Amino acid sequence: MSATATRRLHGTVSAGDELPELAYPVTATTVVLGALAARDWRPMHHDKDFAVHRNGTRDIFLNTPNLAGWFERFITDWTGPYGRLRRVTFRMLGSIFPGDTMVFSGVVTDTGVDDAGCGWVAIDVSVSVDDDIKTTCTARVALPVTEDDNPWDRRGDRWQP
Amino acid sequence: MRAIEEDDIAGLIGVEQYEERGEFPVEQGYVWTTCASVENGNPLFWDPAVADQVTGGPIAPPTMVSVWFRPHHWAPGRTTQALPLQIHFDLKEGLGLPEAVMSDNTIIFHEPVRPGDRLVTRQILRSVSEEKTSRLGTGRFWVIDVEYHNQRDELVAVESYTGFGYRRAAEGAGGPEGTGARS
Repeated sequence: MSATATRRLHGTVSAGDELPELAYPVTATTVVLGALAARDWRPMHHDKDFAVHRNGTRDIFLNTPNLAGWFERFITDWTGPYGRLRRVTFRMLGSIFPGDTMVFSGVVTDTGVDDAGCGWVAIDVSVSVDDDIKTTCTARVALPVTEDDNPWDRRGDRWQP
Repeated sequence: MRAIEEDDIAGLIGVEQYEERGEFPVEQGYVWTTCASVENGNPLFWDPAVADQVTGGPIAPPTMVSVWFRPHHWAPGRTTQALPLQIHFDLKEGLGLPEAVMSDNTIIFHEPVRPGDRLVTRQILRSVSEEKTSRLGTGRFWVIDVEYHNQRDELVAVESYTGFGYRRAAEGAGGPEGTGARS
């Protein structure tokens, strides 16, 4: 594999650009695998009886740290490996259950270059089920400004997330 | 682990508390398990040649930073242990707010986390609001930062959580799938 194959450059991105939509059918395995991968042993993420009778939800549901992993995957599918997350903010609005098809969508809201010369893009991302938004994520991600630039090389004063 | 009462708040704003060291080093196997759970095919995490070229060697997905602090489900001889957001629970107890939700959280990423790293975390209370009433009930908002450093004391990430501790307005308010993650 070539590391340069999926290098999305900062100059090719504009506000209003949409990220390719990702639709994923959630199963109980999705929820349990995600919870265990995140080392979240709480029963509402693997025990339906507990979720229903103690939490009052209709089933087990995706845990927040794993959902963060889904958002990261959605964004870096678009940026390629040179995309480096600067910051993300999540707002949880509702839960995602087995049987749901979760749909990730995103749009670039702003772009810029900081004082250290690092190119960044701002993205609004959301995950919805049946057009009902379950979690929103605003993200800033660094992209190379030239073919020779690599945001991952930045440290100290050259990285201002 | 101590209840934070009204008179304690001003003195704790900006103070580092609950330094915790991860129970195990950052490990490649968990990176793969996590990537598999979200079908993340980013070659940074699967192809050593790409990782060498782009990030100077393997790294962990940045959003995994809190994973390295969740304790084993069981460990021999373990007694009590601080919770990942212990200050949140200290505030609930000290202010007499039995319910709570986390409304949003921000993660700011600094140095990459790499397999073999041993991370340390510290919690810092940033603010506590006056009493407010939402559809869930009456209570207080608070902001807690969690800072993560590696074994070289380099900052790797800061998580900032906004919580709302409250007393229910009425039984059943908010609905079972109400706003935020319950705690």
